[in-house]
Amino acid sequence: MSNETAKSARLTLGPLLHHWTPEARRDFYFRAADEMPVDTVYVGEVICSKREPFFEDHLPEVIERLKSAGKEVVLSTLALVTQPREVKAIREAADADLIVEANDVACLEALHGRPHVIGPFINVFNEGARDFVAKNGAFRVVLPVEAPATSIKVLADNAGKLETEVLVFGKQTLSIAMRCYHARANGLTKDSCQFVCGLDPNGLNATTVTGDDILTINGTSTMSNGYGVLLHELDALRVMGVTHFRLSPQAVDMVEVARLFRDTLDGRLAPAEAEAKLRPVTDPVPYVNGFYYGRVGLSWNDRHAA
Amino acid sequence: MTQHSLELLSPAGNPAALKAAIEAGADAVYCGFADRTNARNYPGLNFDVDEMIESVAYAHSKGAKVLVAINTFPPAGEMKSWKDAIDNAAMAGADAVILADIGVLDYAANKHPNLRRHLSVQASAANPLSINYYRDQFGVKRVVLPRILSVDEVAHVAKETGMEIEVFGYGSVGPMSEGRCFLSSYMTGLSPTSEGACAPASHVTYKEDGDFVLSCLGDVVLNRVAKGEGAAYPTPCKARYVACGKAGYIFEDPIALNALDILSELKKAGVTALKIEGRQRSKAYVAEVVSAFRKALDAVETGETRSTDDLSELSEGGRQTFGAYKKGWR
Repeated sequence: MSNETAKSARLTLGPLLHHWTPEARRDFYFRAADEMPVDTVYVGEVICSKREPFFEDHLPEVIERLKSAGKEVVLSTLALVTQPREVKAIREAADADLIVEANDVACLEALHGRPHVIGPFINVFNEGARDFVAKNGAFRVVLPVEAPATSIKVLADNAGKLETEVLVFGKQTLSIAMRCYHARANGLTKDSCQFVCGLDPNGLNATTVTGDDILTINGTSTMSNGYGVLLHELDALRVMGVTHFRLSPQAVDMVEVARLFRDTLDGRLAPAEAEAKLRPVTDPVPYVNGFYYGRVGLSWNDRHAA
Repeated sequence: MTQHSLELLSPAGNPAALKAAIEAGADAVYCGFADRTNARNYPGLNFDVDEMIESVAYAHSKGAKVLVAINTFPPAGEMKSWKDAIDNAAMAGADAVILADIGVLDYAANKHPNLRRHLSVQASAANPLSINYYRDQFGVKRVVLPRILSVDEVAHVAKETGMEIEVFGYGSVGPMSEGRCFLSSYMTGLSPTSEGACAPASHVTYKEDGDFVLSCLGDVVLNRVAKGEGAAYPTPCKARYVACGKAGYIFEDPIALNALDILSELKKAGVTALKIEGRQRSKAYVAEVVSAFRKALDAVETGETRSTDDLSELSEGGRQTFGAYKKGWR
């Protein structure tokens, strides 16, 4: 990897998808500002608008702290917009003095072509969709978690100015819904949820009826049970033209996770060494990378076999 | 043919089902080509180009419309099949195409500006802003709303956008934001978004486990029922999982959506078209459901009150719901 390519590999901290207490969330972002070797930090609520008021008061302070630390700050927005008050919030976000990550097409309508990031919840699976959003103000596209390497290669190799971001660490969001499954699993409904999603900082485990870990429930979203990990694939992704590498916040030592990915991107750590150091940080959660290889999403494919 | 103010839209998995639907009183039929360009890409289903041409001609001779679903998301570098599908739908004289992908919409709007464009439920547009985006960018005339909105919310969307609104009247309940659900590919490696097949039969197995039968998708056990109880088809969002120490249908019960008894409410909400789900279903199923809805819709038009037909025998799990239309579902 040439130095220039290595330098252009940006590490990003994706939006926090779980419902942490306001204090935990604030402290997490302060650590991100002070200790995490990431270039960009995405803040804002993506999963459930009912969670938004909890962090509203802390958000300006967090954004200020991150900017002072030299981070690019992007405001992520809701993945599924249905209520009038959510539409209003999207309009306000689009008009705010921050770069916005659009996760529902509603946001694109509100942005009127102002520069923005396309988040992973807007389907950009092909060059037709990519070129259209790029023409209308997107300067970066975060690809959907399902995109296989064969697609990433075509989409990232665009020779233009468009940046491409891929999730390289964290649980993969597999679906979003109107219903709250976290509430439902606890015998509640979305309207009477008592914010039970806050009880599970890394999501609620769901197993099969035969006892195998399979999914993670996170509010209205459903996630992979394992962490998506593309550590061995970082070099290949860079060669394809991927510019931004996303870490999704989990309830583990994210400073250490960020260091391991940064060191791997910079060639200070071999991927195998990095994996050996990452495992104790993330145990006992397994790893998955099947989508990247166009295989069963929940599978873990050894890079040599793949 | 009489003009019905609420259009009855029937699925057709093949030309025979299309004829049966029109004979049973459908105002319009939706169908797809026999490839991955549509979200019901199952073996033995759908239309080749000649069948599409003949079926459109047949439908038009009966005063019915044909809408062609080209509603999956092409993988990068593989858009040709989707472009061909749109060209072929235009050539066959289809009344509209039902699209979801931004790249495909862009192609259709530029290449065939006079071919009517509907927004598929796969685009998951569930609010006025999203719908306006597709209207402003691609000239979409009608939106198929996701099965996650209440009647009041449907009315709000209809009023705010002024668009033609199509909603589901009968069939599966779709609890997830459609077109953005990767549960099936997580378990099988085949993507509903790009391959058009959720929980494909090729990946379904049933295994005996003592007195029970396990329904599996790929290597994942999605349900366990007592032998003789009739094993449920293993779809990831209608499966039984264990969470909080309890086994249950944490996403959605195996149950069918049936809006037969709330048609006048939907009409009042500003709905233009009522869609029956189930291109994978038989000709007999289509005929029976369409005919029940035809009678009920005609009764709504004449203001006559009459009891609606009982469709519970045809329903998934034999049970029916108003789904998200009624408050409390979510």
